[in-house]
Amino acid sequence: MIENILEIRWHGRAGQGVKTASYLLAEAAMDLGKYIQAFPEYGPERMGAPMAAYTRISDEKILIHSGVENPDIIVVIDPTLVGTIDILKGVDLEKGIVIINSAMEPAVFREKLPGFKGKLATVDATGIALDTIGRPIPNVPMLGALIKVTNLLPLESVEEKLKHKFSEKFTEKIVEGNLKALERGYQEVRIDG
Amino acid sequence: MGKKIAMETNQLAAFAMAQIDPDVVAAYPITPSTEVVQEFSKYVANGEVTTEFVPVESEHSAISACLGAATAGARVMTATASQGLALMNEILHIASSARAPISVVVASRALSGPINIHGDHMDISSIRDAGWIIMVAEDAQEAYDNIIQSIPIAERAKFPIITSYDGFITSHAVEVAEVLEKEEVQKFIGPKKPDYSVFDEKLTIGVLALQDSYIEFKRKQAADYDKVIDIVKEVGKEYGDLTGRYYDTVEKYMTDDAEVIMVAMGSTAGTAKVVVDQMRAEGHKVGLLKIRLFRPVPKDDIIGVLRTADAVMIMDRAYTYGGVGGPLFEEISAAMNDLPCRPYMANYIYGLGGRDIKPSHIRQVFEDGLKAVKGCGFDQQIKWITVRE
Repeated sequence: MIENILEIRWHGRAGQGVKTASYLLAEAAMDLGKYIQAFPEYGPERMGAPMAAYTRISDEKILIHSGVENPDIIVVIDPTLVGTIDILKGVDLEKGIVIINSAMEPAVFREKLPGFKGKLATVDATGIALDTIGRPIPNVPMLGALIKVTNLLPLESVEEKLKHKFSEKFTEKIVEGNLKALERGYQEVRIDG
Repeated sequence: MGKKIAMETNQLAAFAMAQIDPDVVAAYPITPSTEVVQEFSKYVANGEVTTEFVPVESEHSAISACLGAATAGARVMTATASQGLALMNEILHIASSARAPISVVVASRALSGPINIHGDHMDISSIRDAGWIIMVAEDAQEAYDNIIQSIPIAERAKFPIITSYDGFITSHAVEVAEVLEKEEVQKFIGPKKPDYSVFDEKLTIGVLALQDSYIEFKRKQAADYDKVIDIVKEVGKEYGDLTGRYYDTVEKYMTDDAEVIMVAMGSTAGTAKVVVDQMRAEGHKVGLLKIRLFRPVPKDDIIGVLRTADAVMIMDRAYTYGGVGGPLFEEISAAMNDLPCRPYMANYIYGLGGRDIKPSHIRQVFEDGLKAVKGCGFDQQIKWITVRE
């Protein structure tokens, strides 16, 4: 954590919309007058490879341009990464927030993340995505869950941004499905701690 | 006040190009500037610009087509990076001596090998003797602002220009930027008034000049190139009058009473400002000099800031094999020779191939400087940092 800047690290696999989620949140925050940065970590890109993306949000212009070392919030879009990579790297074990895409209860992950005492939440984002958009792309329900857990922004401003951004690229049906996915992620997240 | 938007800097660069609406864009895409060309081609396909878009088969062809169009009097732009810029090298020299005001956007990237697609300043450093104006942006806002300013700078100076920003670190990051309306951009840059055209029967382009006249051409080119510094200042002031964002060849950050001044270029300058704020709060007199105009070297502006420092820490995200240090260190050391009494100067080579430079690294550099000021035995003049050894 850097003074006055909220930092979020998104974990997932290429193709799961990790970058899109990190950008969407940032842009929704910008619409509320915040300063933002969002950037993915680029390596050799291939579908299914682990990847991370970052979002920074601040009330002041963000000058720092180095990588995020001590994120305040971790969003794990692919639960198979828990135990595969160190998702808690740089996280404050007392104050950090971790949100995981899983149909299981948060308590299950408590055991897998020994030493972590912060807020832990789970949401079945892949299930929601399959229900609402018919494809296993869990980024949008995860974003809904993040909003519920952190109260970072009003859900409506993310809805607005999503509607605006996705309408440029997708059919009305897909946009509607994503809006539903966002809402359900927000409603169905289970929070522990 | 302008409109605030958030997009990846590459998209923002294409947006700026579309507002400029050049007559010709000839381009070949290369990472990490691919999206500039890709996004710009959408503006062309959607009929939002009047540009003649020429997709070519290589960067050598891209810059050759740009030069051809520029000699016909057109306003011309392209985008590239790394090996793409290297492949343009042959024509870069011809373009600057033909006084063709081409504007090239560069997302600065490491040079292969080993193959690396990430950000450093090796590509722009490798062509610093090509007679082009080279400007480096700290963030998305400055990247946008520099691209708009590149047109009047190049056309008044009658030299080609590169405006660069850091590959991936800046090119692939979304940040907030305040932008102008297209009409405002058009008014600011004005219509292109060609100085000459290849269609003029009395003009020869691509002349042969041997022992009896070549050096006179070069003398004139060198003298005119030195005038670029004043033109950059003039355009930076006019742009400030329009937008409230004033630009100079360098940017001073807490340097007036600083004992230790860091010199840096590109995105690292932003991170360094954060560290300066932290260390100032702890009572250390540190500051930052950001180099915005890399070529021509704004010598007097640099000396003017650094002359009162006790220690100067020069950060190079590039290296010159077998040189006496990185490119910025060499230039600034040479410039400082004019001073009767020089500050202590050290060089840090860092972040090659996109290696992250953290606030802790920058703090360590400042602490080295403070030690040197106090005479506590810091004596290594050139150090590599952010490296495993």
